[in-house]
Amino acid sequence: MGAGAVLCAEPEPATPSTKSTVVVARDPILRGTGTVVDPLRLGALLDRTMQALFGGGHPAEASPENAIASWHRIAGPGDTVSLKVNTLGGRGIATNVDLVAAVCMRLQQVGVKPADIVVWDRDSEEMERAGFRIIIGGDRVQCYGTDRVGYESELCAWGSVGSCLSKILTRSSSVLINLPVLKDHDGAGVTIALKNMYGAIHNPNKYHPNGCDPYVADLNMLPAIRSRMRLVICDATTAMYEGGPGFKPEHSWRPNSLLASQDAVALDAIGLQMIEHKRAEMGLKTLEAEQRAPHYIATAADGEHRLGHCNTSRIALVEV
Amino acid sequence: MNAKSFAEKNLVDAPIDRRSFLLCALASGAVLGAGGLAAPAAAVPLASGAERQSDAQFTSEARFYEKLPNRKIRCKLCPRECIVGEKERGYCGVRENRGGVYYTLVHSRVCAVHIDPIEKKPLFHYLPGTTALSIATAGCNVNCKFCQNWDISQSRPEQIHAEYIPPHQAVSVALQYNCPTIAYTYSEPVVFAEYLMDTADAGHAKSVRSIVVSNGYMQHESLIEAYSKMDAVKIDLKAFTESYYTKVITGQLKPVLESLVTLCKMGKWTEIVYLVVPTLNDDDAEFRGLAQWVKTNLGPDVPLHFTQFHPEYLLNNLPITPVPTLERAKAIADAEGLHYVYIGNVPGHRAQNTYCPHCRKMLVERVGFTASQMLIRKDSTCPFCRYKIPGIWHL
Repeated sequence: MGAGAVLCAEPEPATPSTKSTVVVARDPILRGTGTVVDPLRLGALLDRTMQALFGGGHPAEASPENAIASWHRIAGPGDTVSLKVNTLGGRGIATNVDLVAAVCMRLQQVGVKPADIVVWDRDSEEMERAGFRIIIGGDRVQCYGTDRVGYESELCAWGSVGSCLSKILTRSSSVLINLPVLKDHDGAGVTIALKNMYGAIHNPNKYHPNGCDPYVADLNMLPAIRSRMRLVICDATTAMYEGGPGFKPEHSWRPNSLLASQDAVALDAIGLQMIEHKRAEMGLKTLEAEQRAPHYIATAADGEHRLGHCNTSRIALVEV
Repeated sequence: MNAKSFAEKNLVDAPIDRRSFLLCALASGAVLGAGGLAAPAAAVPLASGAERQSDAQFTSEARFYEKLPNRKIRCKLCPRECIVGEKERGYCGVRENRGGVYYTLVHSRVCAVHIDPIEKKPLFHYLPGTTALSIATAGCNVNCKFCQNWDISQSRPEQIHAEYIPPHQAVSVALQYNCPTIAYTYSEPVVFAEYLMDTADAGHAKSVRSIVVSNGYMQHESLIEAYSKMDAVKIDLKAFTESYYTKVITGQLKPVLESLVTLCKMGKWTEIVYLVVPTLNDDDAEFRGLAQWVKTNLGPDVPLHFTQFHPEYLLNNLPITPVPTLERAKAIADAEGLHYVYIGNVPGHRAQNTYCPHCRKMLVERVGFTASQMLIRKDSTCPFCRYKIPGIWHL
């Protein structure tokens, strides 16, 4: 697991010798000959991603058994697991429902009860528009927005941030799995893993000035978030290099990829590279040149935050 | 109020009844300092369409913005000038870009309503001893670290209970409860400017006045258009340094000073409140600079209230402002030649009273938020020496 542990409950301080692993897994024929992601291939891609992140055999020999072994590193019986998806952009650029279903299946296979899994975002209607079915109660996997339970009345504060947290996070989640998308953001530069947590607080509108810096980093320092965060799996089956956060089909592309790490900072750094690479390919200026570089990523890695690594020399990039 | 009565009320378009009013006041208990929440963790099923607050009911196109390419907009309400992409909201959290059109989400969406003494705003030179129907919506265009009402000002409208009270109903309630004035207060009325303007117009048609309690952090044009409809204005001047505005307020001082000058040029009755926060804005030089600026730019007759800070929200680590600090601030402002310098949030302090600057006799005695004695004559003069006392003293 290496330096990825920086996001675990009791993080070890990063040292010069440690590196954070980020996996970028691709499947060029994820959509077959069509335009829709094949759920079976996506499930296989998830398995390959997890196996590459946690070891357990050559990725080419990915198997459900090896993948399940990986999931044992994340959760187990007795855990309540919340999956923070990103549905703001609507169906065009939201966390893939089939990816979430595959994660839920693996979690159940390592002993997490279905009703102890909550798929969530800020708003139930946004989730429905992104293709999720709202499920509340019963023995099934739960799926709803914070609008159904509200926010804690007590403030949580760290640095520049003072916010009320979603009760889904605080009361239905011993383990947090972050399932963001990969996209451009007109104010923040990009929104990937770290910024996805804006969907967990009651006042995200207050934290957009100055390219969201240092707000994104400060938000991820809140103990209720930091102590629960175990894993990031970024849905980059479809991504946006410009025009975000709302979906603009003319500025989207299909990397047919998943990114995974236990270091959200490192994952954001790699995601940013992918977006910048695509921007260059499309003849666009860099985000820095557009004066909207996501400096919050470096802030999250600085000595005050130590949420992870953003320097590529400290990131072990595994491409499968 | 249950959902059925809520829907019925809107259908018949009746004035808000006493029960609804009281329930709305209770729902906004945060303003009264009773904001504890019972906190069931269980998710609740989706209410039927009729039972949910209709977003459309509160949504209308905003008045102060300009359209930009790629379905973005630039808000022109406050100096922040948020550039807002589609499906996003501005800093205030109550204005949203939908398809390149900017909407206010809080028109008639009242989350707090109370009947307050006018002295509570505080306005000391405006109709003393009267009450104001005081209303607010969610949202604010700054984020003061000491905000007393942060649970409504820093929330999005959908996160807090609200009632649909269109302008004519607000006026009806004010008349029903013998309030000569409607006050826009508690959160930041700048962010519900459209509702404020429409309600002020409806009020004036029925001889109900309007006042606003505001941070003054507005663009020049929106200030003129919205606050020209007000009968009096109280501006919270949070400090007299840009650094304080940057660090504690998340705003800027300069536009607020410009607003104050504009309001005076408009002839609006204006009072200023300065919340004295220990160690952050309680320096003698700052008090002196403030008083000099007020005298030079607004004149010596603009009331200046130095009020006591209490630990709240994100500033819980500081003590209550010592009364001697407030007295020092007043002494400095008095010495600079301001005529009406008050001390606020200190019940029973003699500096809550109004004295004639000429003969020094007490003209308005205040106990808490009550004006217990009011001697100023109908022609706004001192009964002892006939000195003109500025303000709006009589209905």
